[in-house]
Amino acid sequence: MTLLGQFALWLGLLAGVWGVGVGLSGKWKGNPELAASVTRAAYGQMIALVVAALALWKGLITHDFNIEYVAAYTSRNLPTSYVVTAFWAGQKGSLLFWALVLSMFGAVAQVVTSRRHARLLPYVAAITTGVTAFFILTMLFSANPFERLAFTPADGRGLNPQLQNPGMVIHPPMLYLGYISITIPFAFAIAALLSKKLDTGWIHAIRKWTILSWLFLSVGITLGMWWAYVELGWGGYWAWDPVENASLLPWLTMTAFLHSVMIQEKRGMLKRWNVSLIVVTFLLSIFGTFITRSGVIASVHSFTQSNVGYFFVGFLLAIGAASFSLLYLRWPALEAESRLESMASREAAFLFNNLILVGIAFSVLWGTLFPIISEAVRGVKITVGPPFFNRVNVPLGLFLLFLTGVGPLIAWRKTSPANLRRQFVFPTVVAVLVALGLAVAGMRNGWAMMSISLAGFVLGTVLQEFQRGIGARMRMYDEVLPLALIRLVNRNRRRYGGYLVHVGILVYFVAFAGMAFKTSREATLSPGETASLASPYGHTYTFTHLGVSQYNAFNRVVSAATLEVARDGTKIGVIKSEKRQHVDSFGEKTFEPSTEVGIMSDLREDIYVVYAGSIGGTERANFAITINPLVWWVWAGGAILVFGGLLAMWPGGRPVGRLGRREAQAGFETTLSGVPEPAVATPVGSGVEEA
Amino acid sequence: MRRREFFGSLAVLALQDDRLRMPAAAGGSRTPVGEGDNDAVIRSLELTLKCTCGCNLDIFTCRTTDFTCSYSPQLHAEILAHREQGLTPEEITKVFVEKYGEQILMAPDPVGFNLAGYLVPGLAVLVAGSILAVVLARKQRTLPTTIESPIPENLATPTGEDLTRLEEELSEVAD
Repeated sequence: MTLLGQFALWLGLLAGVWGVGVGLSGKWKGNPELAASVTRAAYGQMIALVVAALALWKGLITHDFNIEYVAAYTSRNLPTSYVVTAFWAGQKGSLLFWALVLSMFGAVAQVVTSRRHARLLPYVAAITTGVTAFFILTMLFSANPFERLAFTPADGRGLNPQLQNPGMVIHPPMLYLGYISITIPFAFAIAALLSKKLDTGWIHAIRKWTILSWLFLSVGITLGMWWAYVELGWGGYWAWDPVENASLLPWLTMTAFLHSVMIQEKRGMLKRWNVSLIVVTFLLSIFGTFITRSGVIASVHSFTQSNVGYFFVGFLLAIGAASFSLLYLRWPALEAESRLESMASREAAFLFNNLILVGIAFSVLWGTLFPIISEAVRGVKITVGPPFFNRVNVPLGLFLLFLTGVGPLIAWRKTSPANLRRQFVFPTVVAVLVALGLAVAGMRNGWAMMSISLAGFVLGTVLQEFQRGIGARMRMYDEVLPLALIRLVNRNRRRYGGYLVHVGILVYFVAFAGMAFKTSREATLSPGETASLASPYGHTYTFTHLGVSQYNAFNRVVSAATLEVARDGTKIGVIKSEKRQHVDSFGEKTFEPSTEVGIMSDLREDIYVVYAGSIGGTERANFAITINPLVWWVWAGGAILVFGGLLAMWPGGRPVGRLGRREAQAGFETTLSGVPEPAVATPVGSGVEEA
Repeated sequence: MRRREFFGSLAVLALQDDRLRMPAAAGGSRTPVGEGDNDAVIRSLELTLKCTCGCNLDIFTCRTTDFTCSYSPQLHAEILAHREQGLTPEEITKVFVEKYGEQILMAPDPVGFNLAGYLVPGLAVLVAGSILAVVLARKQRTLPTTIESPIPENLATPTGEDLTRLEEELSEVAD
């Protein structure tokens, strides 16, 4: 099977070379067969990579330990789900996974893109097959997943215990899907530049791809936080680690693009900026991959140091230089069609929102690279950790949260002072009331108060938008509230889905503020002994050690310590934290003992217990106990954000058919649901106008 | 002691024995938690100093995460020893920087070249924002006060062909 896999990789590379050579040469123009051959190259490359992937999966499932990758990441007693997902657990397999998914996305883009953009498609195929070919090239010459060993070990090394977690089954692929799908918008942007078709066509073609990429990245990042929280045992979910930062960078620029593209759609402005954002987002996704895989910056998440970094640096420089050169050549053709009419307009608010998003991306990139810059300039190694990132990014993040609330309050083109006053009153009142409530409740942390108050401001904005829209529908169409809400959202999913995303973001900010009140303690307890810890809400938790039990599980020996938890003297349950000693199929130790955290979670706070180990081989044990406020809100924020994103990209959401389309044309009198209604201008907030 | 009582005592002892069956599976043996381990001052200090094991975490987080690191407990013991000698957190930080180099700090001191590290992002946003505001204000001023309608008179009434095209465009937007 490895031979078949190798052969498939070479075929995939050849398909890529054909796709790039013919696609970029433009010789297919006027030659439909040649144009079709570029598309077929994309399909052929996908088929070749599916074959290669199946070959590797077969090696994994049949425990073919003569394959170096299989021996390095699996063992005979590894649960089957982790054997299957070991495909992307290591450097080599994840490169194949990347190439496979990209080739699939490339093929899907060829199928689902409207024929109206047929002129762009050969260029798109050229870019996607070219980028895929780069990954295949890297595999063939630096990190081949089909490399064989000189001998066949009796058992494999097994999967790192920290990767034996459901979060790791789904978090890396989600993040990869986010990184990889960015290639499609990038391919369309470059195709538009190459074909000189620089109208809004390419923007329409990528609309759903951009939201999809953004959603995958959001889900990947949130799942990464969840995995770090439940598996690593350090009591937090974000450590500003270089690899975490690398995933945040394209998310930030993609978020900026999702806002600025609306200005191009509505007003024909920011064409150059939008192309630049897509190019930068793609480059940042490659940069993130470089950071993770090169070992140039130390990170707990990195793959083993290898020479693939050189491939990525070369690719990054070549693609960056080619893309920006092309952008420079097309610069005059990307002139804006209209100008900003007022600083008090949604366009201006979106511009400043873009500035802050890109500013945060820059500061994260700067902080990530500053140790290298410092060493180059001063010859001194330094560390840039959470205190640096928090100090620099918290003010920018709060300003961004403020702008999240401001954007929807300002009209397109121009807003009168009277309208501004009317729009701002309710959200401002909500923010002030929240701040006063927090002060009365005894909160004294300025940053946390500001964060939660601004979250209140954003919530006020969103509620006001929904209330006005629902109110307008109820007045105009005599609809009851639930029906008005459903129709309002359904008529403009993109807009109201976007508002839900804003709610998700504000929930995140509330959760982040909660971490300012984290408390913890360490304790040594014999069975029957208790320790107590006060929570930020004023409760006193007591923890009674019930004992340590040991037993054999499928591929590990488990030592489970159990604590009984009481809040203010009332028992609320038990928490179990484990030490796991993983073993191979011969019962030999494979890794150092790992820890499974015990978590008791509710809306207000998490009780987080880590069994640190035993004293002198007895049940007397050390525990690290932490109370983390509002962590549940992080996962809730992620769920709301994903729901909003899905709603925004869900097909339909507009009146369909001839009648429906006519409704959208000015001056046509139409009826809705068969009920005659007066032909009136669509009211603001009725859900028919565009965000 | 009668034989029956003797074996009875042994059985009670055996039941009360809290020894683990497989101690090695529960990780390395720990030492009992001391007062210094929960000292807020020491914890704050440890949050600013990096563990030297290569994990990128601060000493406090590293030594209370997974409890497998052998470096952070040593660094913690070193801090406790300095504290017992009466050193202030600032003095301990200084000692650590002299011993391990500047990279022991979780974030560099904002002095000299490091100050640039802190200021550049904020300044970049400020400068870009100022430029953006000036450019936008200037462009606003250059806007004509009256704008001629770009739509020719004969296009004001849509023809069948126009409507078909419009429908196509709208279906594209709806995609």
